[in-house]
Amino acid sequence: MLAVDGLTFPPINELLRWQDIFPTFNKIALIAVLSALIGILVFLAATRGDAKVAPTGARNLAETSIEFIEEGIVMQTMGKEGLKWTPFLLSLFIFIFLCNIPGILPFFQMPATARIAIPLVLSMIVWAVFIGTGLKHQGAKYFGHLLWPPGVPVALKPLVGLIEFISTIIVTPFSLTVRLMANMLAGHILLVSFTLLTYVLVAAETSQIALVPLSIFPFLMLIGITAFEILVAFLQAYIFAILAAVYIGNSLAGHGDEH
Amino acid sequence: MEAFSALVLQAEEASGLTAADEKSIAAAASAGYAYGLAAIGPALGIGFLVGKSVEAMARQPEAAGMVRTTMFLGIAFTEALALIGFVVFILLKFA
Repeated sequence: MLAVDGLTFPPINELLRWQDIFPTFNKIALIAVLSALIGILVFLAATRGDAKVAPTGARNLAETSIEFIEEGIVMQTMGKEGLKWTPFLLSLFIFIFLCNIPGILPFFQMPATARIAIPLVLSMIVWAVFIGTGLKHQGAKYFGHLLWPPGVPVALKPLVGLIEFISTIIVTPFSLTVRLMANMLAGHILLVSFTLLTYVLVAAETSQIALVPLSIFPFLMLIGITAFEILVAFLQAYIFAILAAVYIGNSLAGHGDEH
Repeated sequence: MEAFSALVLQAEEASGLTAADEKSIAAAASAGYAYGLAAIGPALGIGFLVGKSVEAMARQPEAAGMVRTTMFLGIAFTEALALIGFVVFILLKFA
């Protein structure tokens, strides 16, 4: 009917689904399990080094990343009393980064966080942790602090309470999930599009003299986007961890800077 | 109502498009508009935010670390709107 042949974009299921390796276990699950294992193994290997000599290998990597979490995330958002949250934020950061980076690795070519399951579960964990922290540190008054910023007129309380309830309880986990998932999905689709363009131009069946050399442009773009995806994989893990730190810091201290 | 569906049938026969084709055309077009419109606000917001942060960092290089962290936080909040637009695009186009 609408016969416009040449460049056809594959249906989305072809980009995001693979045959199960065995029932209920597909490539996404494989990447997630591998990231968890690699993270655990690297940090276990790091504990084996002698603490008195200069760090090498895995220990060097582990110390650098812990320092990055402490200086770059915890001290910036929660201050000194937040330092005991470093292990939680570090595990979040490492796991998300290791799930993101297969998006550009050969053979895998798919960020595990581009499907909604892993981001959703992670943000539900963060959600449960920051509400639990608020309840632990402030008791039942936490919900009062959550709903009404200090100094709200009584007449406005129902409206402000409703808005704050929706923004903290519903929008927070939703936006954490969608931010991570959509960023990785967008990157994946960009990579697919430019790979497809390059392939179609290289494998052109008519007027090859004109079309084949043109394939260099989408290919250069593809290299650029691959480099950009490394940055995005790092940045999204960083942003997820720093937002978790901000939410937890808010529940620790009552009302922080977010209002 | 019957007259209307007869008209629709006639139009389909005339143009050679089935209802599914019509739907996918409308979905593709509106998916494009949805993402384009959703990107305008966050684009302005992120441009303004990063510009101001660079200004602040140039004025006070010793505060650059703090400004950068806050900048990334702001970008994360602003960008979420564009990303929701992208999710709407995916839903309209493929779902």
